[in-house]
Amino acid sequence: MSKYRLKLDKNRCIHCKACEVHCKSKNNTPLGIKLGVHTSSLPVMKDGVPFIKASYQCCYHCEEPACVDVCPTEAMKRRESDGIVYVVQEECIGCEACIEACPWHIPVFNAATNTVLKCDFCMDRVDKGLKPACVTACTTHALSFGEKQK
Amino acid sequence: MAAEESVYSVCGMCSVRCPILVEKRNGEASWIMGNPHSPLKGGLCARGAAGIALERDTERPATPLIRVGERGEGKWREASWEEALDYVADRLKEITAMHGARSVLWSDRGGPFVDLHQAFMRGLGSPNYCNHDASCARNVQHAALSVLGMGRKLVAYDFRNAKHIILQTRNILEAINVAECNAVMDALDKGCKLSVIDIRSSVSASKASNFFMVRPGTDYAFNLAIIHELITKKLYQADYVAKYVDGFDALSAFVQPCTPEWAEKETGIPAERITAFAQELAESAPNVIWHPGWMVARYNDSFNVCRTAYIINALLGSVGVKGGLPLVNTPKDVGRKGLKKLVDLFPKPEEKRADGVGWKHPQFDAGPGLVNLAYDAIATGDPYPVKAYLCFRHDPLMAMPDPEALKRKWEALDLLVSVTFSWSDTAWHSDVVLPLSTYLSRESIIASKAGLKPQFFVRKRAMQPLLNTRADWEILCGLAARLSDVNPEMKKLAFTSIEDIWNYQLQDTGVSVADFAAKGFVELADAPLYREVEAYPTPSGKLEMISGKWSKANIDTLKPYTSPARPAPGEFRIAFGRVGVHTQGHTVNNPLLHEQMPENVAWMHTSRAEELGIADGDMVEVASAGKSAGRMKAFVTECIHPEALFMVHGFGHRLPVESRAIGRGVADHELMPGGLEVWDRSGGGLSLQEHFVTVRKA
Repeated sequence: MSKYRLKLDKNRCIHCKACEVHCKSKNNTPLGIKLGVHTSSLPVMKDGVPFIKASYQCCYHCEEPACVDVCPTEAMKRRESDGIVYVVQEECIGCEACIEACPWHIPVFNAATNTVLKCDFCMDRVDKGLKPACVTACTTHALSFGEKQK
Repeated sequence: MAAEESVYSVCGMCSVRCPILVEKRNGEASWIMGNPHSPLKGGLCARGAAGIALERDTERPATPLIRVGERGEGKWREASWEEALDYVADRLKEITAMHGARSVLWSDRGGPFVDLHQAFMRGLGSPNYCNHDASCARNVQHAALSVLGMGRKLVAYDFRNAKHIILQTRNILEAINVAECNAVMDALDKGCKLSVIDIRSSVSASKASNFFMVRPGTDYAFNLAIIHELITKKLYQADYVAKYVDGFDALSAFVQPCTPEWAEKETGIPAERITAFAQELAESAPNVIWHPGWMVARYNDSFNVCRTAYIINALLGSVGVKGGLPLVNTPKDVGRKGLKKLVDLFPKPEEKRADGVGWKHPQFDAGPGLVNLAYDAIATGDPYPVKAYLCFRHDPLMAMPDPEALKRKWEALDLLVSVTFSWSDTAWHSDVVLPLSTYLSRESIIASKAGLKPQFFVRKRAMQPLLNTRADWEILCGLAARLSDVNPEMKKLAFTSIEDIWNYQLQDTGVSVADFAAKGFVELADAPLYREVEAYPTPSGKLEMISGKWSKANIDTLKPYTSPARPAPGEFRIAFGRVGVHTQGHTVNNPLLHEQMPENVAWMHTSRAEELGIADGDMVEVASAGKSAGRMKAFVTECIHPEALFMVHGFGHRLPVESRAIGRGVADHELMPGGLEVWDRSGGGLSLQEHFVTVRKA
């Protein structure tokens, strides 16, 4: 795994979907594609109060990523310094082998550019000491990002 | 290397106006976050995040348009800005020459930037400045005036220091104000209790420790029973009441029959839960906030629901107190000078308002009036003809009930102008559309915000407009310049740069335009100031359980409760509300927000769905008075009261220029025939949930 971890505090989450929209806006992601996916269940009554289940899923940035192993052009890379897994758009040929290889099918195919996109924890921001867009701008700061505790 | 910079500005997606930081790349906005120096600390909701998609969207008015077909037919000719402004100014000159300046009506969405709009109307010489609030917060505004003697915004909600927050007409976690959401979540993290009273299980209810699913229209009964318990069990703050409350004995006598057992029959909430709840409130007093409401144009007694919320706060001693509803401070309260107002460029018109506010209805707040009553003046010519209507960033045909009836009221208008950044039913029905730049590509006048720490803040242009749109100051100052030949006074408002306006506003304040560069806002005090209350500006100087001002207008403010009508067999009471990803109907065609939620669904209780043979996910047709408003999916759930049918407001668009929104979901306001005449006479708000609908499997 990468040295970072992204976590959702479900008590603070208000299911507002700002994380998804910030991700899309910041990364200019085409319609129909999401790099981070927030899931909220429909409300159900539990002990007289509605209950809504929530999760936020983006790439796990694996220690030994299958997507990197199968990539025929080495466009999918893992950064040694911090373990962030990312795609170099110019080198990607859109063969989708990474999507098949990923146990969670995290990378997504962008038909407009014939390449694969995936969450890179907003590397450009991380390199400036900032947090991913979804975390920085989470409406209620329910998402957190940081180095894992050893 | 891309040129990177950033601009502090103010969001404009909904009516909250959150402070933002816009990141730019090569001169264009590339990402928006909440202003990190503000209490938002970077947080910004999904709507705010989708602002760049709005700017880039070409499915909005792209250049000035002048109608060539019939009203609403959608036949336009494109015009240059010079031509369009000349056209509007010339029409205004003709109309005011024939019918007087008072024949011009304005409405907008209210908020912190309206000084410019009010100045324009005063410069014209018309008293008819209105905003949208008859379909929003008028009842709570008037409730505040009737109890506190001052407007609702002159008290703050000190969530972070509260021990118990009660939400009744405020879905705080879905009708999102980012700073408020964070304050509430921080309070809950520290152990503050949350109670929610609603007909439906909202996201706010999902965080509550007490959720009361009341029968629709019975909130007043619920509140009266709470007051009954607080008084009869002596749970109120006796010292506070002795010092600050007027009319306590009359209130005690009035609620005497309103026992929890009585309220149980009305609300469906077990009496013992009401009793226990009153006890819990007393344990947290005075650090209690019973939110008096936001969008409260709901029932015929919503004014009294809001009033009783203030009364409960008063009994618990939380009005004017830290951790409750402390008084906010204006610049003057912290020893500073306020912004110089643009309205002060002109004398106040002596003419009476067309909507009757201030003379026919002396108890109501004359500021933004009641626009629905001004529409009656258009239709009847009483008290005088209203012939021109300028509608700014406001869509009455979607905000008000019964759009066909509203269009008929507008038939006598000689000029209907929309200033708007998105298409709307009202813009489509207008004679002239003046495309407003989005909040990313326009500046606004400097605004003043009262609070525990008052501040000035400014919206700066983050980028140049991508379409042929203009800022509000450019439009209004452009019209003022054109009207100056017949109305020389108007020259005073013919500013040619926003800096000139800002410098005018900041005169003698000790603040300069440069001071906004550091954070986007300028705080006028170092620390929050909790002000001791000496007297309230009511006739009695105290919090009024019976309002003196309303009594003078022959309105009973301890109004006997009337049980709401139950829906006839097979019918539902219509209910509507908000969701985090959309706002006010104008975001439904935004590409990023449409992707999040393309249509609304009909919430109905499992037992009612079974009766009608409807399964979750079935398409249903919703109708009122036999007229269908369209088809939508059913959401069958235990999370709504069986008498109600709920849908998120703002869907069911029909305009061909909105390819994403057209034909998606159903418009609740089309399900309210005759609804323009159904309003709360005590509070002035429309009663949008006093209507019944039928549902059948489609």
